[in-house]
Amino acid sequence: NLWPSIFQGCFVFKPSAKKKKTALSLDFQQINNHQQNMFCLCKALQDELNRNILDSLLDFTRKCSSTRQHSDWASQMRASEIPTAALVLGVNVPDHDMTFQSLSDLLQQSVTPHVASVQAKECGALKHLMKRVLERLMDTVVDDEDEEEAEQTSAQLNKSVHCSLSTLCAWYNAKTKVSPPGKKRCSHVGDDLQSPPLVIIFKDLEAFNPRVLQDFILICSRYIERLPLMFIFGIATSPSTIQHMLPHSVSSLLCIELFQSLSCTQHLATVIDKLILTPQFPFKLNGKVMQVLISIFLYHDFSVRNFIKGIQLALLEHFHSQPLSVLCCKKKAALLNVMHLGPQDLERIRQLQSFKRYVEKQDPQEQVNLFTDDTHLKEVCQKLIKNLRQYHKNYYPILRCLHTLTSSLPRYPLGKQIRELHLICLDKNIWENEDYQSAMKLLKMLAKDQLILEDMLSKFKQLDSKSDSSTPYFAFTLGYVEDSITSPVKNLQKKTDLFQLQKTLLEMNESRRSKKLSPFEALRNEALEFIDSLVKSHLSAPESQTLNEVCYYTSSATVRRHLNATPRTSIQAALNIPYYYLQNDRLKTEDGIVSNAAPDICIVYKLHLECGRLINLYDWLEAYSTVVSAAEGNDPELMFLSLFSSARFIRAVSELEFLGFIKSTKQKTDHVARLTWGGC
Amino acid sequence: MSSLLQHPGHEEESLQRVSDQLPCREVQAGTLLSLMGQPHQYSYPSIFIYGHRSSGKSHVLHVLLKELELPHAPVSCVECVSVALLFEQVLLSFFGADAASLLPRSPSLSDFVRVYRNQCSQSPAEQTRYIVMEKAELLRDADANLLPALLRLQELVEDNVTVILLSEIVWDKFRPNTGCFEPLLLHFPDYSKGELQHILSHDRHPSYSAEFYSSYINILLGVFYSVCRDLRELRHLPHAMNVAFTCFCVSSVKETDTHKLWRNMEPHLKKAMQTVYLREVSSLQWEKMQQMEEKESGALRGLSAHTHVELPYYSKFLLIAAYLASYNPARTDKRFFLKHHGKIRKTNFLKKNEKTSNHLLGPKPFPLDRLLAIFYSVVDSRVAPTASIFSQISSLVTLQLLTQVSHDDQLDAPKYKCAVSMDFICAISRTVNFEIVNYLYDFL
Repeated sequence: NLWPSIFQGCFVFKPSAKKKKTALSLDFQQINNHQQNMFCLCKALQDELNRNILDSLLDFTRKCSSTRQHSDWASQMRASEIPTAALVLGVNVPDHDMTFQSLSDLLQQSVTPHVASVQAKECGALKHLMKRVLERLMDTVVDDEDEEEAEQTSAQLNKSVHCSLSTLCAWYNAKTKVSPPGKKRCSHVGDDLQSPPLVIIFKDLEAFNPRVLQDFILICSRYIERLPLMFIFGIATSPSTIQHMLPHSVSSLLCIELFQSLSCTQHLATVIDKLILTPQFPFKLNGKVMQVLISIFLYHDFSVRNFIKGIQLALLEHFHSQPLSVLCCKKKAALLNVMHLGPQDLERIRQLQSFKRYVEKQDPQEQVNLFTDDTHLKEVCQKLIKNLRQYHKNYYPILRCLHTLTSSLPRYPLGKQIRELHLICLDKNIWENEDYQSAMKLLKMLAKDQLILEDMLSKFKQLDSKSDSSTPYFAFTLGYVEDSITSPVKNLQKKTDLFQLQKTLLEMNESRRSKKLSPFEALRNEALEFIDSLVKSHLSAPESQTLNEVCYYTSSATVRRHLNATPRTSIQAALNIPYYYLQNDRLKTEDGIVSNAAPDICIVYKLHLECGRLINLYDWLEAYSTVVSAAEGNDPELMFLSLFSSARFIRAVSELEFLGFIKSTKQKTDHVARLTWGGC
Repeated sequence: MSSLLQHPGHEEESLQRVSDQLPCREVQAGTLLSLMGQPHQYSYPSIFIYGHRSSGKSHVLHVLLKELELPHAPVSCVECVSVALLFEQVLLSFFGADAASLLPRSPSLSDFVRVYRNQCSQSPAEQTRYIVMEKAELLRDADANLLPALLRLQELVEDNVTVILLSEIVWDKFRPNTGCFEPLLLHFPDYSKGELQHILSHDRHPSYSAEFYSSYINILLGVFYSVCRDLRELRHLPHAMNVAFTCFCVSSVKETDTHKLWRNMEPHLKKAMQTVYLREVSSLQWEKMQQMEEKESGALRGLSAHTHVELPYYSKFLLIAAYLASYNPARTDKRFFLKHHGKIRKTNFLKKNEKTSNHLLGPKPFPLDRLLAIFYSVVDSRVAPTASIFSQISSLVTLQLLTQVSHDDQLDAPKYKCAVSMDFICAISRTVNFEIVNYLYDFL
């Protein structure tokens, strides 16, 4: 597992001046725990999501290898085709690795020990592809004419083999004859697999050279009678790429079956559901950070893996930058940690915005106590932390409840996905939002459409069963809502015969005349008011909670800077303010002043900012030597003439050209054209 | 029939077996046999056989050499990525693994000849040895001296060896400009319709009578012969259609009623022409579909039906920008992307040679700068030029939606082409509410 070690590395080099050593070690434990919990969960999630498609793939491989042994007419006719699974995974290429990893693991566990996966970038030519396939299937070093070193090492290790499929054939025959598989390695599968198939996984089909792939398939089809080969194509775009890449004569050698995986947005929804919309993890992201992560996902890469990495980064940053993050852990540990807080940390708590707001609400005596008495403060903190936990426990079920109600409204005033609703809630108190009010109005106008009600009821029930962590209080509420909604419906259902129906209709009419509201409408309003009150009491914005700084990571700029780098801005910053990167005190200057101690390229850059579209090189050099000579206290004239300085100038200018700020032009002699305007 | 394959050097029985396995290729087999002569006789040094795909070239040779038990080395030129593999395979099948291991690393042709002569002095040929090179057209890309040397290998190694080259291309395209030994040319003509029917009837399902199956094949050929004459493809069809066929056979009583057979099978065949023949659907899936056809039809879509690709938001705009850059002349960018461009009519900047539609000419390369400039003007919000925008361009290249025209090594101002179709880009721009047609020069 890579991540814990990375974290370790971070902590070794961390400037630990801010914190005490005990807190540090505690932190490390915590962060590791968090990390591992989240990582396990993600892996489990990934497997769960891919289960369907992986299962059908496994079935496919099993079926293919078993039909080979049948000798009925149909399968004989198909014997010349190579069974191929086209696995469409979507454009989020960074995520594919994990899927393929678990796929090949599963295959090795249950179907065949012979699985080789290849990537396009390691197979530029047919020879390389062949070599990789053989190496991975046979677990040996394959002889290659180009690599002399490889030959020497392989000669020592084992007898080198030539890379051709006939070698593989011989190896396979020897292997299946000597140790019938199904006994040794995969005994639990049973002995139905006399000859386990050789599965070759092409991870990124699009990137392969079509020529190489065609040749490889042609060769394989020559051996299909002797080797039970099977292909799995990982496709990122659409299955029609197979037809674009392979001519008919080649694709007719394959027996292609299509497998479609879940879309990445569904994947993300599940990850958010399990990782963020749960009180299980005390670590939280605030609205802006969530927004940054989600927009990177939607706008840039569609990669769930990068999204999780983003959360991990936020986690690390949170524990790194917020000393009070020691309290961001499981309840018991948090309560214990409160007792261990030092005076410095307590002072930090007193400085917290949310805590100050809390103090202002207390009576004067209590205020004084909070500011002076450390033990009292600790007790209060314990209480506050308990409150915060309670808040989270209630928040998520109510959020889901509201989402179920509003997700089917026309035009989705509160968003189609639960993450949108969550973002609104994180931003500010939701009931102050206009969309919320319009949604409530819409809900109040909902017809007594039995379908909608029953639909919702079933959804509520699902929710209830899902959120096992929900407090009994919440279960009670649900029961109440359910009762209030079902009762009129039930009543209506009972009235089946005509006479009774007439009677009740009359009754209802009467009641409407008298109360202007049918019992259904009354109940509906009551239920909605109840939900509204629930929302108001539990869905308040987290920023209003005391001590929210402990759990919520807020610095969206840091996350953005790390995940969505802007190379041009960094270069410009480096050229403008060299101190930012070099940290040399001599470089500290006020804005707009060209320091002569700065590197040449910075001086040249600053000077070029003052020019128009075309820059006269001679003037530029003059200005440059003026700046530089001021530093050395020489006569500018002398300096200007010195060969040394003009050489430095020319070098700086060509560096600037390399970075793309200027280019040479033919419009005027001795001029260069400026290419960028305005700071970005 | 067997009279065609009479030859003094071989046993009657094995000749009979050969002719059984080679329907409709007796003439060619006979010619080959007489060329080969009796096993101990020297044969012609090199024979060049050409004919279209699946006209039975390799099959005839394979059966002949195998059934008559002649020493031969079958080599596929696709497989031989290096000459070393070719030499090794030849030596391996003639003299065994020991000889093959005598070859040095990256052997030259003379190494091969040396080893061969060494070996054949130890075990001289009692019968003619044959080297069969499949897909010989690939030899043209190999070293210049390989093909001429193979053609007169008999002289070089002083052994009774014959090289047989199989190719889909005529010999004229092979002849090196330095001249070489002319091999004996032999042509395998395409199968006629009658011959196809005869061959296809051979692999009939054991439960039907030969006559009935033959009439079924006749119907099948009637539908498909106009679009496909490739035997290999046609052989794939009858068993793909098997389910429908068996259904029919179960229901009908009489096997002789060919008219009824035609009426029942034709719709299935027509449907299969669109999917199975083009391998849109694998034969396995087709069979499954046929079985559950009663429940729901049209549930299964072919490979090309799945063209929808989901892309991140900015990737969509990058792709749109790339499409615009590829299909609009650079001069017209001002007209499309500047706010106050004034009124420029199409006729005003129409040049003479530009009357043909850009869409007919295909995508044109464009530099990265232009792509980004168009991108920033089409995307509605202000986008920071982050690294992930650039990495999206390269991932579009890996997905083959863009292609890089300039060389990989060229870091400065790389050039790209947009590789997606009009339909695809229209679908993409619809999802982001972008009217691409308004921005295309061709549709002005």
